[in-house]
Amino acid sequence: MSHFTNPEADVDRFRFRLGIAAICVLLAFGVLLGRFVWLQVIQHDFYQTRAEDNRIALIPIVPNRGVITDRNGVVLAHNYSAFTLEITPSQAGNLEATIDALADVIDIQPKDRKRFKRLLDEAKNFESIPIRTRLTDGEVAKFAAHRYRFPGVEVKARLFRQYPLGEIASHAIGYIGRITERDLKWIEEAEKQANYKGTDHVGKTGLEQHYEFELHGETGYEEVEIDAGGRALRSLKRIPPVSGNNLALTLDAKLQQITEQAFGDRKGSLVAIDPKTGGILALVSTPTYDPNLFVDGITPDNWKELNEHPSKPMVNRAINGAYPPGSTFKPFMALAALELGKRTANQAISDPGYFNFGNHQFRDDKKGGHGSVDMYKSIVHSCDTYYYMLANDMGIDNIAKFMGSLGLGQRTGVDLGKDDSGESKGVLPSQEWKKHRFKKPEQQKWYAGETISIGIGQGYNAYTPIQLAQATATVANNGVMFRPHLVHYLIDTKTGEKRQVEPKPIRDLQLKQSNVDVIRRAMVGVNKEGTGARAFAGAPYEAAGKTGTAQVFSLKGAQYKEGTTKKELRDHALFIAYAPADNPKIALAVLVENGGFGAQSAAPIARMVIDYYLLGKLPAGAAKEDSAAIEEEPEE
Amino acid sequence: MIDVAATLRRGWRELIAHIDFPLLFITLAIMCVGLATVNSATWDSNHRMLSQAGNMGIAMVVMWFVSRLPPQKLMNFAIPLYLLGIILLVAVFLFGIKVNGAKRWLPLGFTRIQPSEIMKIAMPLMLAWYFQKYEATLKLKHYFIAALLLIVPFALIAKQPDLGTALLVGSAGFYVIFFAGLPWKIIVGLVVAAGSAAPLIWSMMHDYQRKRILTLIDPTTDPLGAGYHIIQATIAIGSGGAIGKGYLNGTQTHLEFIPEKHTDFIFAVYSEEWGLLGNALLVFLYTLLIGRGLIIASGAPTLFSRLLAGAITLGFFTYAFINMGMVSGILPVVGVPLPFMSYGGTALVTLFLGIGMLMSIHTHRMLVKK
Repeated sequence: MSHFTNPEADVDRFRFRLGIAAICVLLAFGVLLGRFVWLQVIQHDFYQTRAEDNRIALIPIVPNRGVITDRNGVVLAHNYSAFTLEITPSQAGNLEATIDALADVIDIQPKDRKRFKRLLDEAKNFESIPIRTRLTDGEVAKFAAHRYRFPGVEVKARLFRQYPLGEIASHAIGYIGRITERDLKWIEEAEKQANYKGTDHVGKTGLEQHYEFELHGETGYEEVEIDAGGRALRSLKRIPPVSGNNLALTLDAKLQQITEQAFGDRKGSLVAIDPKTGGILALVSTPTYDPNLFVDGITPDNWKELNEHPSKPMVNRAINGAYPPGSTFKPFMALAALELGKRTANQAISDPGYFNFGNHQFRDDKKGGHGSVDMYKSIVHSCDTYYYMLANDMGIDNIAKFMGSLGLGQRTGVDLGKDDSGESKGVLPSQEWKKHRFKKPEQQKWYAGETISIGIGQGYNAYTPIQLAQATATVANNGVMFRPHLVHYLIDTKTGEKRQVEPKPIRDLQLKQSNVDVIRRAMVGVNKEGTGARAFAGAPYEAAGKTGTAQVFSLKGAQYKEGTTKKELRDHALFIAYAPADNPKIALAVLVENGGFGAQSAAPIARMVIDYYLLGKLPAGAAKEDSAAIEEEPEE
Repeated sequence: MIDVAATLRRGWRELIAHIDFPLLFITLAIMCVGLATVNSATWDSNHRMLSQAGNMGIAMVVMWFVSRLPPQKLMNFAIPLYLLGIILLVAVFLFGIKVNGAKRWLPLGFTRIQPSEIMKIAMPLMLAWYFQKYEATLKLKHYFIAALLLIVPFALIAKQPDLGTALLVGSAGFYVIFFAGLPWKIIVGLVVAAGSAAPLIWSMMHDYQRKRILTLIDPTTDPLGAGYHIIQATIAIGSGGAIGKGYLNGTQTHLEFIPEKHTDFIFAVYSEEWGLLGNALLVFLYTLLIGRGLIIASGAPTLFSRLLAGAITLGFFTYAFINMGMVSGILPVVGVPLPFMSYGGTALVTLFLGIGMLMSIHTHRMLVKK
């Protein structure tokens, strides 16, 4: 193309091309006009009818939401059908007057009016909005007789979510609520908005949210001929909805209930895991709340009470409460020492009752010390000095690396909430962590003295109960680690096909068997002759355990700001355990906020849970009438 | 007194010195139709006519300013604007926020912007500048470099993904290259290559894009989802018939069957109420607009102004054709507004930037020749 450029010729060529473009434009517009003639003249009658038929409405049919059952088929969340009285604002005329007139026929409370107002603000004008939910049969009949007076008002059968066990396991199950702008965004991001036509509830927390798109099902639709007033005359075509998948959990509702009762009115958390699969047997956070309050739209009063209560019932402590592990950290420290070759089991130290570092003295809680302490004794009697020295010898980064491999200070990925962000990470202290955590350079440096108290589970350490349970389960399972999860399998309600969720080991720490055995023997010793002995007196099985007490003032991540009375300053009690020691079936972590010594308040709860799980033994004080609420039902 | 009148007259002359009246009247005519249709589309709730009129006012002020800038000044904007556009697009790629599964917006703290919009203007400006620079020594390699300048922003926008805007930006660039004299052999080659690459493109498309194409072929497969827009819009147009249902009487419109009816699907509203007659009028107005633009391009004195005017004019055509084509169901739904009709301030400002440039090119032509 090395032609000689001639301005005149260039302009001519440009104009020639303009001409070609003009022809293309005319041709394209010609095609468009042809299309318009086709649609508006030749096919006009057809589309005219279709427009008329747009009295033919496509009415979405909302699918049944999947049912959630525990490992024995006990129903934790299901649906029931009830009648609601609904108003379509665009057809009803004066809404105030309509509602006033309705109130003469049906009982309508101020709170019903309030809710209606709120929903009206959120809704599009062609949707019908409930003014009353859960009509009785009598009310339905009464309204039917007066129906002619109320254009745009209808009785509709709707499905409601119900949580039959109420407050039990509410932090695991979560709840559903009306779709808000934020939920809508989520649904749109998942490209599911077409499937949510007609749906007005969505999972807000817990399993209900995590498995939202499994539980929801596929929306069906019905082509219905409607008159000018919008009333359905006859059905033309019906594509039935497909119910959502059912969730069968690894959770044991009875175990859950017994555990929650064991906490009484104490705040705290317990997570129990099957160490061989990662399946969660119980996930407790107390106090709990009644998820049924949310289904119909929670009233502002209830919401205020739940949200502002000083004991924070809405916080899921199992995954969002980060607590220092206290002495429950010691078995993990000991295991790290063995694995890294920093100690042998028989190597003993002499404990004077303190450890001097620089000019600071770290004290043991036993005055005068424990004398000569080997690894076994250090765990059984929870000797602090042993771990001050050990932490100092290991250094913070070795500790962080090993504890990280146990999953501490990381999200476990448990199947709760929308995504990982619902779970707290806790704090796994390391030089790297401190550099990121603080802004000022003098604060960013890690001081060797800070490592000392890390050894006994104090200092910056903060882990969630589920992390502690996972770490315990991993040690119980000889270093093979599973992701903790609540759903055992999903059931396709159409085909009956079961889809197993897990278990796939996420990691094998390749622990030396002899090292794991040392820790197991010591933890069994805790419950035989050590700090857990009283709680596990007379147990017909061997349980491995470790008590812990965490100082409250160093608590991080949890949300206590003000109103800290004396009780709020008491130490947290912790306990980790697994049993039977030689073939673990259950591993758990218990935390009782402000419970004082772990041996006193946390270990007995663990005993109760293990007794029930291994032996089917009900705790002596368990209220029989309450536990009758959970009867094992055959699967439907 | 005399002085005042003279001053006023001078002021007025100065005010209209760079206005091209044919272009102004054609766009005003289309905008009147647009305003009336926005009014109908938003009749039942949240009225938008006045705010759209405000948008038009702002956009015309922009046009007035741009029309006063001589083309040589416009050339100075080419590189900075293009670079800014590229930087912002890369920023979107890195830090953009996702809305509806697409990363198109850049958060700026107090507001967010859609940088692909800048490229609609920056692209033809840049390429026209480029060809002007190498006018005397134009070789085949310059077309390749121009193609490269075109492909980078195109790919960034398509990646967001925003197929509609990518197409508009890409076509604007292509028109410049075409008018600059891209050899026919290459054009034919490109067409053949595109035809044979179609299966590959299909495999690279996002699921939602494939779905849109599939539902175009048979909208009834997804009546609640992607097919809904097309079905309802087609019904609106078809039921409008020869003379329409009358202003404010469209049942599809006012019974809320048409989605996005004041923005991308406004043509369905117009077509339902004004019928084939109205459609023919609108297409005629667009033809006039494009015709005037082509005349301006044809009389433009420099290569830069010729290319710019030609590309802007065909850009208007592309907007109008893609939008009416998608609403009437012969093109996939890609999210392109109907020029001077759809509600929305940003699009209007972009359009009037184009109109302003056309006016500038036309009213400064004599100055250049002298």
